[in-house]
Amino acid sequence: MNLWLTLAVNSISLGGLLFLLSAGFSLIFGLMRIPNLLHGSFFMLGAYLGVSALNWHINFWVAALLSALAMTLIGGLIERFLLRRLAGQELAQVLLTLGLSFIVADVCLMIWTGDPWQPATPEHLRGAVQVGTLFFPIYRLVILAVAIVIAIGLWLMIDWTRLGAMIRAGVDDAPIARVVGIKVSQLFTLIFSLGAALAAFAGVMGAPYLSVYPGLDFEMLPLALIVVILGGTGSLLGALVGSFLIGFLYNFGQAMFPDLAYVILFLPMLLVLVLRPQGLFGRAMP
Amino acid sequence: MSFLTPQRAAIAAALLLLVTLPIWVGNPYYINVASQILFFAVFALGLNVIVGYGGLVSLGHAGLAAIAGYTAALMLAAGHGHFISDFAAILVTLAASAVFAVLSLRGTGIGFLMITLAIGQIIWGILYRWSSLTNGDNGVNVSGRPAPFGISLASADSFYYATLLVFLAAVATMAVFFRSPFGASLRGTRDQARRMTALGYNVWLIRFLAILISGFWSGVAGLLFIYYNQFISPQVATLTASAEVLLMVISGGTATLLGPIAGAAIVVIMKNVVSAYIVRWNLVLGVIFVLIITFMPEGLVPGSVRLWRTAWRKLSRRDGVIPAKTEPTP
Amino acid sequence: MSALTVTGLCKAFGGLQVTSNVNLNVEPGERRLIIGPNGAGKTTLFNLITGEITPDSGSVHLFGHDITKTPSRRRPHLGMARTYQIITLFSLDTILRNVTLALLGLSPLRWNPLIDLDQQHDLVEHAHAALVRVGLDHIAARPLAQTSYGERRRVEIAMALAQNPKVLLLDEPFAGLSIDERRDVQKCLLAIPRDVTIVMIEHNMDVALEFAEHITLLHFGEVIVEGNRAEVVDNPRTREVYLGH
Repeated sequence: MNLWLTLAVNSISLGGLLFLLSAGFSLIFGLMRIPNLLHGSFFMLGAYLGVSALNWHINFWVAALLSALAMTLIGGLIERFLLRRLAGQELAQVLLTLGLSFIVADVCLMIWTGDPWQPATPEHLRGAVQVGTLFFPIYRLVILAVAIVIAIGLWLMIDWTRLGAMIRAGVDDAPIARVVGIKVSQLFTLIFSLGAALAAFAGVMGAPYLSVYPGLDFEMLPLALIVVILGGTGSLLGALVGSFLIGFLYNFGQAMFPDLAYVILFLPMLLVLVLRPQGLFGRAMP
Repeated sequence: MSFLTPQRAAIAAALLLLVTLPIWVGNPYYINVASQILFFAVFALGLNVIVGYGGLVSLGHAGLAAIAGYTAALMLAAGHGHFISDFAAILVTLAASAVFAVLSLRGTGIGFLMITLAIGQIIWGILYRWSSLTNGDNGVNVSGRPAPFGISLASADSFYYATLLVFLAAVATMAVFFRSPFGASLRGTRDQARRMTALGYNVWLIRFLAILISGFWSGVAGLLFIYYNQFISPQVATLTASAEVLLMVISGGTATLLGPIAGAAIVVIMKNVVSAYIVRWNLVLGVIFVLIITFMPEGLVPGSVRLWRTAWRKLSRRDGVIPAKTEPTP
Repeated sequence: MSALTVTGLCKAFGGLQVTSNVNLNVEPGERRLIIGPNGAGKTTLFNLITGEITPDSGSVHLFGHDITKTPSRRRPHLGMARTYQIITLFSLDTILRNVTLALLGLSPLRWNPLIDLDQQHDLVEHAHAALVRVGLDHIAARPLAQTSYGERRRVEIAMALAQNPKVLLLDEPFAGLSIDERRDVQKCLLAIPRDVTIVMIEHNMDVALEFAEHITLLHFGEVIVEGNRAEVVDNPRTREVYLGH
């Protein structure tokens, strides 16, 4: 009984991390019509930056925010100076993000070496809360709480602000949005930076629990990909549901069928592709 | 029409160079590099069927090559003969390609690319995690190369010639394929899929068959790969591996016969040269990728032809010869 | 037996009813003109007939056979060909290759990966013959990218004719053409033999009127007037639709 509960708690916190990662991925896909193959790299680079900041004895939350800030800048520069050059050529843009992801991976290997880094869980977030006879590790719950707060924030932004309305218009139909005077290319930069920042923030949040190591980028990228194929592109609700679904599948699959855990992860994606290609909450895929 | 056209002369010269290569190269290390170029060229030619002629960009093809390699390696390790293992490997790869096609053809364009990427990762995941079957990260050793008709392929020379034969077979079938009605149909589905349907073509089936053809040659390349290295590990099925082949196709120039071959040569040589001096191959790969996509999206072969033509025109103008601007219409 | 029969065809996109209960009966050899203002549902009707869009209800019969459920790609094989209003040709290829592709679509050869397409003299000759019919054979080897708009319209028609259809659907073949180009297109259309049934959509009434014997007027997805040329022109509802009250 306790094993299952532990698994469930782990699933929920992994789901929270995945949501932070895939919300940006989903918005970028929805708006720019490209899967950003750099997204796993943002997660990993962000985690490494956070780890370095923690080594300087910077407060955990400050480190996470600094890393996210640095990534906002990097993401913005990539969009503004590289992707923008290839505007309208989706395929070239995707391949560009792929090429950049190799560069990021190698640069990280150069700077942070091949050894895994696992920062200690920040002191004030250690321990567990007791509910009845059950213990819940605080840090896992904190990840979940942060994911919920950010989900609500994103939802408020998308559904209730002028900026959100512009983003929604861009996701629905970028050419028309342009015609009615929305500066879609500025939205691209903004969303790309935001996605990078969220991924980096998730990377730092995840570091004490997943640790950071070479190859983490291409482990996280497919997860974001599955979440978005499952949930449907450009749909925050889809990203949320997909993230938790994958969080559960990953942890329970690992425990029950360790050999095939990775395959089990992809099964729902294949089912969705065959039965409902637009994703659970999405409209038609491009 | 004369017997010795420039094109035929070039083909003859290239053939002669390839056949005599072990003689004038001498050093087994470089002969091995040449073998690598050839089997990667087979792989790239296979991928080019769908990327160049079908307009379907796959980031999961290393998975298909790995399936062939692993099937053969595991069967060999279980004590089966070379012929039966290789035959089974190709059959399994074709079956896998069929599944690959059915799933990936649920999307087109970017959707197709995403699905192939996901499938490639699944294959990698199986090879890496299912260690009771695949021996996980430790990989599988292949105990020896086959000896078709009693000729041992153990030496660098003999393996080179065997690879050359397969390579020439691939080039010949591709050359025929691209001029064939089916090749034209495939190109049609790339340019105007909807129109092709209206003209009576079964677009889905054409793409499906193209993926099978492409999967077949990927499988053949996978077999050559394991016999060359006498070892296979999940490394073969990584996204990096898929991206490398795609880079070969794109860098050389898609939808040409020569492009993927040139691309394979460039990437393999770069990889060997670069890794001799620095360990940063991925960095170099990424940088080349970015540079080519940004500055020479049509690929090096068509790009160089374009530059060459411009240079030639300028040169001839300087000599006072005015070149014909357009080809005369017959 | 009718060449083409459309019965009770309905299609809605979301809440918008694009065609409602359209009935058509086209006799073999007939020249039928379908007119109507923009948004009348003319092209949608074509797409329903060729199967590019599935109808919500109703049926399509080709020479008495129910083809409502036949996939779009099978219909050319049953003798139905069409042209497009927005030109969708293979711009990287020559004119000849475009027409050859149309021919190849109906030939079992299209699956063959081992022969040289250019050496299939039967196909190539037929393609040339189709180009002769639209007066473009002298530029058969020209890349499509170097042709004029009017020439492309005629390539479209050549591709449809090459398939030797029994029923030919022409979607605004005169759209965007100059007077000279119109005359060229008109000439190719008039030369089509009587064993081919033609259904033509035209937005502009004057252009196509002399070509048609029987006219159907479509408005907001409904057939509102049908009859011979004089009947339709004289009908007050036609004037209402075209002249606005």
